[in-house]
Amino acid sequence: MDVFGSFALILAFTCSVYTVAAGIAGIRTRHPLLLKSATQAGIAVCLLITIATACLVYLFLTDDFSLAYVAGHSNRDLETFYKVAALWSGQEGSLLFWSWLLSLYAVTLLIANRGKHPELMPYVTVIVAGVQCFFLILNVFVASPFQVLGTTAADGTVQLMAPADGRGLNPLLQYPEMVIHPPMLYLGYVGFTIPFAFALAALLGRYPGEKWIHLTRRWTMVAWGFQGLGILLGAHWAYAVLGWGGYWGWDPVENASLMPWLTGTAFLHSVMMQEKRGMMKVWNVWLVFITFMLCILGTLLTRSGIVSSVHAFAQSTIGPWFTGFLLVCLAVCVVAYLKNRDYLRSESQLDSMVSRESSFLFNNLILLASCFAVLWGTLFPVISEWVQGTKISVGPPFFNKVNIPIGLFLLFLTGVGPLLAWRKTSTESLARNFGWPLAGGLLAGALAWPLGFNDVYALICLILSVFVTLTIVSEFTRGALVIRARAGLNFFSSVGHLTMRNTRRYGGYVVHFGMVLIFIGLAGAAFNEDVQNEVEPGSRMEIGPYTLEVQSLTSRPAQNYTAERVTVDVRRDGQSLMYLYPERRFYPVNEITGTMVAIHSTLKEDLYVVYAGRDPESNRAVLHAYRNPLVKWIWLGGIVVVLGTVLGLVPNRQPVVVLRRAGVVTGQDAAALTPEPVGAQQRRVHEATD
Amino acid sequence: MKRAKFVMASAVILVTLGWLGYIGAMESKTYYYTIEELEKVGGSADSQRLRVGGDIQAGSIERLRGRVDFVIEQEGRSLRVSYVGTDPLPDTFVDGAQALVEGKRMPDGRFVAEKVQAKCASKYEADPSGKPGYGAPEGQPKAAPAGSDRKS
Repeated sequence: MDVFGSFALILAFTCSVYTVAAGIAGIRTRHPLLLKSATQAGIAVCLLITIATACLVYLFLTDDFSLAYVAGHSNRDLETFYKVAALWSGQEGSLLFWSWLLSLYAVTLLIANRGKHPELMPYVTVIVAGVQCFFLILNVFVASPFQVLGTTAADGTVQLMAPADGRGLNPLLQYPEMVIHPPMLYLGYVGFTIPFAFALAALLGRYPGEKWIHLTRRWTMVAWGFQGLGILLGAHWAYAVLGWGGYWGWDPVENASLMPWLTGTAFLHSVMMQEKRGMMKVWNVWLVFITFMLCILGTLLTRSGIVSSVHAFAQSTIGPWFTGFLLVCLAVCVVAYLKNRDYLRSESQLDSMVSRESSFLFNNLILLASCFAVLWGTLFPVISEWVQGTKISVGPPFFNKVNIPIGLFLLFLTGVGPLLAWRKTSTESLARNFGWPLAGGLLAGALAWPLGFNDVYALICLILSVFVTLTIVSEFTRGALVIRARAGLNFFSSVGHLTMRNTRRYGGYVVHFGMVLIFIGLAGAAFNEDVQNEVEPGSRMEIGPYTLEVQSLTSRPAQNYTAERVTVDVRRDGQSLMYLYPERRFYPVNEITGTMVAIHSTLKEDLYVVYAGRDPESNRAVLHAYRNPLVKWIWLGGIVVVLGTVLGLVPNRQPVVVLRRAGVVTGQDAAALTPEPVGAQQRRVHEATD
Repeated sequence: MKRAKFVMASAVILVTLGWLGYIGAMESKTYYYTIEELEKVGGSADSQRLRVGGDIQAGSIERLRGRVDFVIEQEGRSLRVSYVGTDPLPDTFVDGAQALVEGKRMPDGRFVAEKVQAKCASKYEADPSGKPGYGAPEGQPKAAPAGSDRKS
């Protein structure tokens, strides 16, 4: 099986080299058969990598410990579910998985666009295949998952060996989210290859207009959605499993995943500038380039050990490969840009500071500033070592100081931006659109202040959250009321109709609302508190309104670990609310212990109890309790963001043509009803092929 | 004209953020030294927040009331560390693990750590035999001598 898998990978590599070569030759000679064969080879790559991946999964399922990768990441006792997930638990498997996902994206792309866009697709095929080649080089020559265990004797013969059992999967990874989180994140990282390929293809081929943006909008949203979901799942895993009471620590690996998401978010917004007004063409192209390169940089940071991280990834030798690939990408992008930059000339100018355009510009500026700050902070040890010769790292205060104001400003723009008109917004329309949402926000702030909402940032966050929510509600209401008046539907089906007529716009609002929920959850961190105590059965701890009474300490064995568990009776106002069972698990195979946090989560707050272990001297159990307000809002917000993203992917339903009654519909209302704001109609023609 | 306004506004934002970043960096910057470098820099490092990495010397972990003492080693040099932080030490904190300690150095040379990170990276990636894994080059016949319990 391992030989079969290896050969499949070698063949895949050959095919993808062929795709690149035949594609380039096809672009030069315009020979249709060459181009067709390149496409077919691209599809073959996907089949071959699928076979290789299936082989590795099969080897995991059949406990073939002669394979170094299987022996290192699985054992006989491991549950079947986790045996499959062990595929992406280590470096070699992750890279194979990465390759496989890329090939799946590629094949979907090739099949969906077969016979379409003859000018653009050959370039796209070559670029995607080029990236695929790089990963296959790693899979085949550098970090093959199909290496067998063995030693070389003095005479050069190879002695193969298979241990009786594997070393098992890191127990920290034996958690459902940890099974879903990496694939989601990889789907994000890998997915940005497609918009990157289109942008580069359009630039190289001097493809006219904004078509590449229309073609990649859904791809970008998919990648962006997966990336965001991956980040949140990772945060939730850190929160629920690592037992330090938080979900985000500005660790280099976390930062690596956040950076492409930030630039991706900037890109999703700035493309609208190009679609509607023909501006920011250079910016957009570079945003995609940078997003893609940040994805590669993310992997480099994660895998190379340049920056130390709490994530126990092995430092490995693949760093130089990624650095090399990054430099090649950068060189290709710079050359393509310098050669064809005249094609990216802007068609319009900025007309006013108070306009949709400027809100997008500020949105982009601030997202990029955030990304730059994160990058700077992450690479600070490396940079300072170059400059001063001393490694200096910066901690969470640096990231928080910069990113909290940025986040709040973004939240403000989220409310303001969508309601500003293109080109220029008049003062009275500002007052009409923002008057009562702003009043509502301030009122909420005034009410919350005496209730103990006394952290400045948290208070601003609350005011802005209410403000943004009200602007979103007013947008839906305004549009729905017009539809109700004209089509005679009830209010809720009017909202549905409105949304389905312009899913991109209203899906966007849903995403914004999800972000508001996430911000509320993040603001809750300003009010976190925690206590830690040595306990024994009968002892009590107080945190906030809760009294934790330890009932018992018990030990119980499970399939591949032994658990020590504390039973905690949670009381409030003398009433027993519930029992919590924080646990410590000992995994004999890996000889390490893991923590199972007990969380009681409500919309108001999380009660988070960790059994931190025994005090070495007194041998008494140590219990650490946290009270984290509003954390649940983050996860709920994440779900809303995902739903909004899915909504934005659904094609628009064409509105039924209804004659307009003169004088009833105001300009604003008409804007809510037209699928695209004024000036976009002529550009919409392209979208028919989307 | 409009462009100039926008540039001005952007500059104000970026300068503000830069200033915030500078304050944040000053507040949290930590110098990373190897044990050897730390011995060389002398007293000037004692006012700085430091981060030092090394392997935990086997048998050196001593759990005392309110603190944990241990020794980390790196390239033949060692450093005595006292951990005084409130968080319990990570599960990965065992003999031989790689540890990253953060804190300050006392005038007597002892390192007082408020944070300890530990990882046993080698644990999951190493060959069970303790020797580096050997992968037979692709496409070459794999010699499987008698006595090998490898399934074909």
